[in-house]
Amino acid sequence: MSTAAPLPPAAPVVEMSGITIEFPGVRALDGVGLRLFPGEVHAVMGENGAGKSTLIKALTGVYRYDAGTVTVDGVEQHFATPADAQAAGISTVYQEVNLCPNLTVTENIVLGREPRKRGSIDRRASRERARRVLGELNLDLDPGSVLGRYPIALQQLVAIARAVDTDAKVLVLDEPTSSLDAGEVAELFRVVRALRDRGVAILFVSHFLDQVYEISDRMTVLRNGRLVAEHRTAELPRLQLVQEMIGRELSTLEHLEREAAQDTPTDAVPRLRARGLGRTGAIAPTDLDVHAGRVTGLAGLLGSGRTELTRLLFGADRASAGTVEVDGRPVRLRTPRTAIAEGIAFCSEDRKGEGVVGDLTVRDNVLLALQARRGWLRRIPRKQGDELVARYIKALDIRPAHPDALIRNLSGGNQQKVLLARWLLTEPRLLLLDEPTRGIDIGAKAQIQALVSQLASEGMSVVFVSAELEEVLRISDRITVLRDHRTVADLDGSTATLDSVVDLIASGGDRA
Amino acid sequence: MPETPTDQRHRRRLDTSSPVVWAAAALLVLLVFNAVVNPGFFSLRIQDGHLFGSPVDVLKNVAPTLLIAVGMTLVIATRGIDLSVGAVLAISGAVSFTIIDGSPDPTSAGTAAVAIGTALAVGLVLGAWNGFLVSVVGIQPIIATLVLMTAGRGLAMLVTDGQIITAENPAFDWLGGGFVLGLPAQVVLTLLVLLVVAALTRRTALGTLIEAVGTNPEAARLAGVRSRSITWTVYVFVAFTAAVAGLMTNANVSAADANRAGLFIELDAILAVVIGGTSLAGGRYSLTGTVLGALILQTLTTTTLTMGLPDEYVRLFKAVVIIAVFLLQAPRIRAALGRRRRSARTTTSPAVPLPPTTGDDARPLSPTATEPATVPTTEPAGERTAEPATASTTDQGALR
Repeated sequence: MSTAAPLPPAAPVVEMSGITIEFPGVRALDGVGLRLFPGEVHAVMGENGAGKSTLIKALTGVYRYDAGTVTVDGVEQHFATPADAQAAGISTVYQEVNLCPNLTVTENIVLGREPRKRGSIDRRASRERARRVLGELNLDLDPGSVLGRYPIALQQLVAIARAVDTDAKVLVLDEPTSSLDAGEVAELFRVVRALRDRGVAILFVSHFLDQVYEISDRMTVLRNGRLVAEHRTAELPRLQLVQEMIGRELSTLEHLEREAAQDTPTDAVPRLRARGLGRTGAIAPTDLDVHAGRVTGLAGLLGSGRTELTRLLFGADRASAGTVEVDGRPVRLRTPRTAIAEGIAFCSEDRKGEGVVGDLTVRDNVLLALQARRGWLRRIPRKQGDELVARYIKALDIRPAHPDALIRNLSGGNQQKVLLARWLLTEPRLLLLDEPTRGIDIGAKAQIQALVSQLASEGMSVVFVSAELEEVLRISDRITVLRDHRTVADLDGSTATLDSVVDLIASGGDRA
Repeated sequence: MPETPTDQRHRRRLDTSSPVVWAAAALLVLLVFNAVVNPGFFSLRIQDGHLFGSPVDVLKNVAPTLLIAVGMTLVIATRGIDLSVGAVLAISGAVSFTIIDGSPDPTSAGTAAVAIGTALAVGLVLGAWNGFLVSVVGIQPIIATLVLMTAGRGLAMLVTDGQIITAENPAFDWLGGGFVLGLPAQVVLTLLVLLVVAALTRRTALGTLIEAVGTNPEAARLAGVRSRSITWTVYVFVAFTAAVAGLMTNANVSAADANRAGLFIELDAILAVVIGGTSLAGGRYSLTGTVLGALILQTLTTTTLTMGLPDEYVRLFKAVVIIAVFLLQAPRIRAALGRRRRSARTTTSPAVPLPPTTGDDARPLSPTATEPATVPTTEPAGERTAEPATASTTDQGALR
């Protein structure tokens, strides 16, 4: 097999080849291979929908594959359950920590493998084992304390400690850094490197390119369920990686700069004007103007009130104070339906919980808001619906381009596009986007950003919320900065800088 | 819809994984079993212009359960459940018989009309109560309807003063024993309701909206679906079906027994829905499945009775068959079956993922841009292979 390639350091501990997995209507993986070497950090890269998660789930026994082989230490394995994979030395730490927060650190580490003495659990030995593992990873935690007391980052490290306790040969880290801050990431990487140096093969998945380049030794790139290539990280320039991931020239990405904002007179009646809009316990009374054809960015940390404000503007929550005018007309946004009737659309940050209707098809999901507005009696005619759905699948590049696929089988980025399509169908005049690009890959992200810009230039008003300040800065004409449930500044998007916004978020703007 | 290979594969897969198919298979097996054990099972005869025979008995006996199960299907599709249907059935019967019994002219058609109208109205009110508790107050459906399940029979007893009321009214009795075109009136009425519901939910968007509410209530609300009124409506509707079923069952025996009428019918109705493949977790529902589920239950009962098994065995036998049906529908067993089929097929069916979209960086993202600037998804293969080829030249390309 490895004719032209430089020799790997040792035989791979895991070798997957020809892995094919089909879901109804979707071929998620098509003959994909993956090799994990001991003492290496291996990153699996790809857009949403490329098949990263599916590949991991095939490796860890969550999904069964329709074709292909998995060998561990040269022995072919058929994992029927995650427990099988674990028994073979493959441990997984998922994005959302799946430990028991109500048990102690020790109990979590030894759960299911407790040392026993005369038929009962030997608590002293358990504690010793936990202490030893934590010590090896240089983690300063009290083994007897309840896990739920610690922040997610530490819980994640406990999950890794648990994996180490099983003497895992392979450690799978699926998006481990998505909810960590910089210091926590550094701590995680320290532990990962320590494990790597002990000869553990580590599979690492992340959307953050910086982190991938920092930690990984080798990469496998997937696209559309197929293997693109395997590289040594040191030999793969970023540009090439991104090109391989998205399968097209980078110019789309570089082309993101907003075209010069149109000269809308600022004294015009705003599309939406909120005065003193607030909700007890969620957001202090806030003023906000959103003009036609403009993107208004809401910047702030998680919990700053950015989501809460957006929800008020859609009637998802009811305001306890303040007024809202649409085109100079006072309106009361009591329910989403009243907001929709005013031409307002809202993509929630909680895509899974508040966006997609998993049991329904892509088609039904796209048509849902329009159908709800028409009422149940006036069903969208089959043919018209098909045409609309086909048009939006094409325009937003939704993959797979299959209207009858169940939406829950789509990747996050494609689900987000379906939700955008759902709202664009209603031809809104004000589009509220709460974290529309979170957890989705760079290609889909660029597409969504470009779409927002284009919609604004066509006259739509957009409120854009994102935890990524750079994204907010790049896309917004005006930026409202929130901190501790209140507005601290209202900036011009063209002159605001990252530093100034960060300063405002951190210090509150020193308005005294 | 264009017949692409994907479509075909998609449809075939759906068929084998559908619980409805397994329910149909189970019913078929039951019927064949009956035909073998009891050769006279399928014999029909016409007497006084009316159809008689075991199949007709099955249809007639299943009618009240099926009627309620149709309503229950919609409730379950919204993630709900209604335990009070048996109680509503009893109240409906009690109200109608009390009116007929207390009327100065108990045999007139007018009295029957008043009795029927009042019973149905009471049913609607009771349903509105359940729907209010669930959709407005926000009580869990099982708790909310448990209230009426417990209190309902008491209410019915209050109406009848704890007596079993008997009354004869020709027009009213037609509901229980009448015939339409040779078929029992109960069967025809149930069929009628079934068809109306099927048309109302599947020819309009109501079915999809119900499924949206059941699958993800919050997403549905934020998409502008009237979740509350939809939820409320299905509880009103199921109570209506229970009230109609109450008229049928009580008319059939010309008596209203508040204590025993419709006892455990809520469980049979729920069971019929579940056997039909509608998940108690809400979402997708199948009326066809519910019909099959109800028929399976009734055929089982009829089978055991015609075989002369004592009543206590009937329940055991039912349980065994139901477990068998559920096993057939279980995802894991289905997956095992599906895997065998699939592995046999992967060699023949071509991969149908979309070709990667190469190079067209001018791709317009606006939905309003309808010009065909987006490169059609069927670009020539030669153009596509170019890029992976260059990519694979680096490092471990041989892996491919």
